[in-house]
Amino acid sequence: MTSLTKPGDRKKARIDSLAEAGALSDEEGVSLWRSAWHRLRRDPVFLIGAVIIAAFVILAVIAPWIAPHDPAARLLIDQRTTQNPVPGPQPGFPLGADDAGRDMLSRLMVGARQTLIVGVLATLGGFAGGMVLGTIAGGIGGWADTIVMRIVDVMLSIPSLLMAFSLAAMFARPSQWTVILAIAIIQIPIFARLLRGSMMAQRHSDHVLAARALGVRPAPIVFRHMLPNSVGPVIVQGTLVLAVAIIDAAALSFLGLGNPDDTQPEWGQMLGRSQQYFNTHPEVAVYPAVCIIVVALGFTLMGESLREALDPKSRR
Amino acid sequence: MSSPTQDPQQVPSPDVTEDPTGGRTPGASDDILLEVRGLKVHFPIKKGVFIDRTVGHVYAVDGIDLQIRRGETYGLVGESGCGKSTFGRAILQLETTTDGEVLFNGTDLASLGGEALRTQRRHMQMVFQDPLGSLDPRQTVEQLLLEGMRAHGLVMGGGARERLIELLRAVGLPRTALSKYPHEFSGGQRQRVGIARALSVNPQLIVADEPVSALDVSVQAQVINLLADLQEELGLTYLLIAHDLAVVRHISDRVGVMYLGALVEEAEADDLYAQPLHPYTRALMSAVPVPDPVVEDSREQILLAGDLPSPANPPSGCRFHTRCPWRQETRCDTERPELRVVQIDGVPPSQRVACHWAEQIASGELQPHEVAVTLTDPTATESDHDEGLFGPASVIEAR
Amino acid sequence: MTAQPTADPALDRSARTAPLLAVRDLTVTFGRGRREFRAVDGVSFDVAPGQTVGLVGESGCGKSVTSLAIMGLLPARGNTIGGSATFAGEELLTMSGNELRDRRGRDLAMIFQDPLSSLNPVVPLGTQVAEVIERHKRVSRGEAREQARAMLDKVGIPDPTRRLKEYPHQLSGGMRQRALIAMALACEPRLLIADEPTTALDVTIQAQILALLKELVQDSETALVMITHDLGVVAGLCDEVNVLYAGRIVERAGRHDLFARPRHPYTGGLLASIPRLHEERGRLTPVPGSVSDNIPWEQGCAFAPRCSSAIDVCVQQTPELVPDPGHGPDRLLRCHNPLPAPPTAAGSGQPAEEETP
Repeated sequence: MTSLTKPGDRKKARIDSLAEAGALSDEEGVSLWRSAWHRLRRDPVFLIGAVIIAAFVILAVIAPWIAPHDPAARLLIDQRTTQNPVPGPQPGFPLGADDAGRDMLSRLMVGARQTLIVGVLATLGGFAGGMVLGTIAGGIGGWADTIVMRIVDVMLSIPSLLMAFSLAAMFARPSQWTVILAIAIIQIPIFARLLRGSMMAQRHSDHVLAARALGVRPAPIVFRHMLPNSVGPVIVQGTLVLAVAIIDAAALSFLGLGNPDDTQPEWGQMLGRSQQYFNTHPEVAVYPAVCIIVVALGFTLMGESLREALDPKSRR
Repeated sequence: MSSPTQDPQQVPSPDVTEDPTGGRTPGASDDILLEVRGLKVHFPIKKGVFIDRTVGHVYAVDGIDLQIRRGETYGLVGESGCGKSTFGRAILQLETTTDGEVLFNGTDLASLGGEALRTQRRHMQMVFQDPLGSLDPRQTVEQLLLEGMRAHGLVMGGGARERLIELLRAVGLPRTALSKYPHEFSGGQRQRVGIARALSVNPQLIVADEPVSALDVSVQAQVINLLADLQEELGLTYLLIAHDLAVVRHISDRVGVMYLGALVEEAEADDLYAQPLHPYTRALMSAVPVPDPVVEDSREQILLAGDLPSPANPPSGCRFHTRCPWRQETRCDTERPELRVVQIDGVPPSQRVACHWAEQIASGELQPHEVAVTLTDPTATESDHDEGLFGPASVIEAR
Repeated sequence: MTAQPTADPALDRSARTAPLLAVRDLTVTFGRGRREFRAVDGVSFDVAPGQTVGLVGESGCGKSVTSLAIMGLLPARGNTIGGSATFAGEELLTMSGNELRDRRGRDLAMIFQDPLSSLNPVVPLGTQVAEVIERHKRVSRGEAREQARAMLDKVGIPDPTRRLKEYPHQLSGGMRQRALIAMALACEPRLLIADEPTTALDVTIQAQILALLKELVQDSETALVMITHDLGVVAGLCDEVNVLYAGRIVERAGRHDLFARPRHPYTGGLLASIPRLHEERGRLTPVPGSVSDNIPWEQGCAFAPRCSSAIDVCVQQTPELVPDPGHGPDRLLRCHNPLPAPPTAAGSGQPAEEETP
């Protein structure tokens, strides 16, 4: 094996320099991700956000079994009159029913599932697309960067909701998949730009220069050094964008571009149906709106505390 | 490519160690590891909203010739903005060179590219100023050290771990360091990791760019000693780039003094400190504060007027003439002096200086005079002398 | 545990004028509870008019925090300040924000390491200097501008009339530091605190700035507190030097005394570890380890793990800062086992154990 020091004649000075470097604990090293997680676990802001999201996720999973009624059954349709289109609260129906006489509480509970699926899938789609474009732009640089960034600029120059409307409207039959796809596409440039920016900063950092000097091939430099050090802010953005995605999905549904199948309730869609009763029965709009706001808040809290935990400057 | 072609696993250390002379003998001019000829690195200053337009150049390195012998330490000193770091990176082909040759073992690196250059990188490594910034924060020491060995096919099978521990021991770190991440070390320990990484590929040349200036005073000496020990054990050749003259003097065999992209003086370390010939070298040495009140109270300082002119708009003739207390009416502002051997008693031919009047200054025939301060605007470029608030950022970036 | 001797020896110097700034037992603690960190731990020193006092130490020794605490510039939250710092008899630490702001600039001034971030980037230099003058001297705008011009001229900025209209980024680092000094001196403060004023500058520029500071102190009887890590800067500039380690003063001496006869192993180690320009090359003697190896002062001497003269008592008992016998009252030392002092005119060096005279 290659030998740096001839074992026999190592000078005393060398042995001294072992102690000279100062003490080092015997414990296993702690990576930045682990130390961030360590701090997150003790951050009350993160915990509040996590509890909110966990509660809604659990609700989304078990809702069909615990919902008091079938969310698609028009149980109170008989109580609907022209003067009072929305049946109010009554025994067995604590929040009343919607304009089709379906139990409001059951619809909210079951709606959590659709809403979260749309938000999470749309964000994951945008994240994935953004990672690909951002890595191409920031990793290859030069002409690839110019082309990708011009495309991204064009996408960003169109107002995002307007873009989503046009995309959703392009499909002959709107479904929850058109909503997911539309929102994912409008999120791609956000992620791509962010990743590209932090990759560019990494490109000029000393440790990337050191890897180049070491003779590391270009691909490992991008994937082992630049990418892992760039995704932090993108992941944070992901949690924040999740909240926006849910609100965007609600907006699309509200405008009738969402899932038309109202046997599968979704908060945005419920909000959309409630618009004709705003003046007389605002509570029909308030219930789903509050749910959307609380979930969005949960994701935002998690994102903000994640941002702080990942910031190297705030580390002790 | 003239590097050893044997299986790198079998090479105990760079071929220099087998040299019975130890490579440390000054004057062995036939044993040159690195030769730089007319190296220039000019950074374009770009402006424009849609189409970038080159409005000028930063002449970071502007014509440098030097030779570094096997096993010696060449110290390059100069103040910030003189282009010394750019020069170090340009040698390692980490900056695009504008002109000139970098002959490493006889191969012109500047003409190489892609894979040919990448394989050459194994023979020359870099130690950085910022020990934390130059280590990937998300990699363990083990990953950091293995990376270069993998890239050059130097690790096979189970020997890797022994080799890693060997490397750590060479830089004075315990084996527990392997599983740790850069942020868990102190500054001095991090710099040791950086040195171990440079050693991991068995290089012949190490370019150390300000290796101790980010460290605490008490720790600097540890790293300086370590570099000296490693050189002795492994027969390494160093290019040490630093602003601290005392550090450079302490570990260099030969020293080059840089001012605005060019060498103004080059000599054996002891000769240079015994009798600096160039006015800038004299001023630089007289400006270093000495930690001894007796010396501080008695010594004479040559206070230079004004600041370093912008490397984007260097003065004509001798680049130092705007601040030189010995400046003469003729030649200084029109004719750019070359490094030359001077005929002065006690000055060996290995000491070369780029000054028209070195002999007259050394003999006392010319005396220093007052210098009127010339304004230097850090944002000025050659074509545009009155930048507004939004000057080109690249001028400041190009150090 | 940090009980300072009530009669601080520094106070007994009858020959010297009364101190302008008197810092007593200054303590700055960041954080609370388990994460509490004491950055400055019972620091006391005096500065007289026309005197230059140096605070020397490595990163994390508390030298900058000391100066920020005196100037009232520490963030209002997240720290606790104890002890006292009196300026011409008035307590600074308990002063209200308004009073202190009024003091800063007029009586007390500070210059920082990074001149660019200390200047407002979008306001012309002249306006920044003139504002300080206008505010503290209560003169007209035109008069303030004229004084600002004179001030820039005084600190050696060429063509001050033109420079007044320029923005900080248009000046070089040395000129920015000069401008900052001009701002600090605009109202002729009686005390100037310079926190690593030349660290960001090149040696030739550093020489210019140090010469300027020296001249100012001599000409105007300004008291100067010089904070630096560079022993070379201290050697040429400071009358009295305080060496800080881990938040406490470990040694105090006049500069000639300190450099000729360092008594604390840390001071000795620092001096032995710097390469000298005028010496032949040879092996340096570094201080082993780093500040992360320190032990808390409560358990003994913080420097003990790195100290080559550490003895058993060093990790059992906290050393006190006491006068060093045989070296006069101005020399203080916090060490159980100091370096042997070479024979001096003042008296021969004492052997080890001498913590209580």
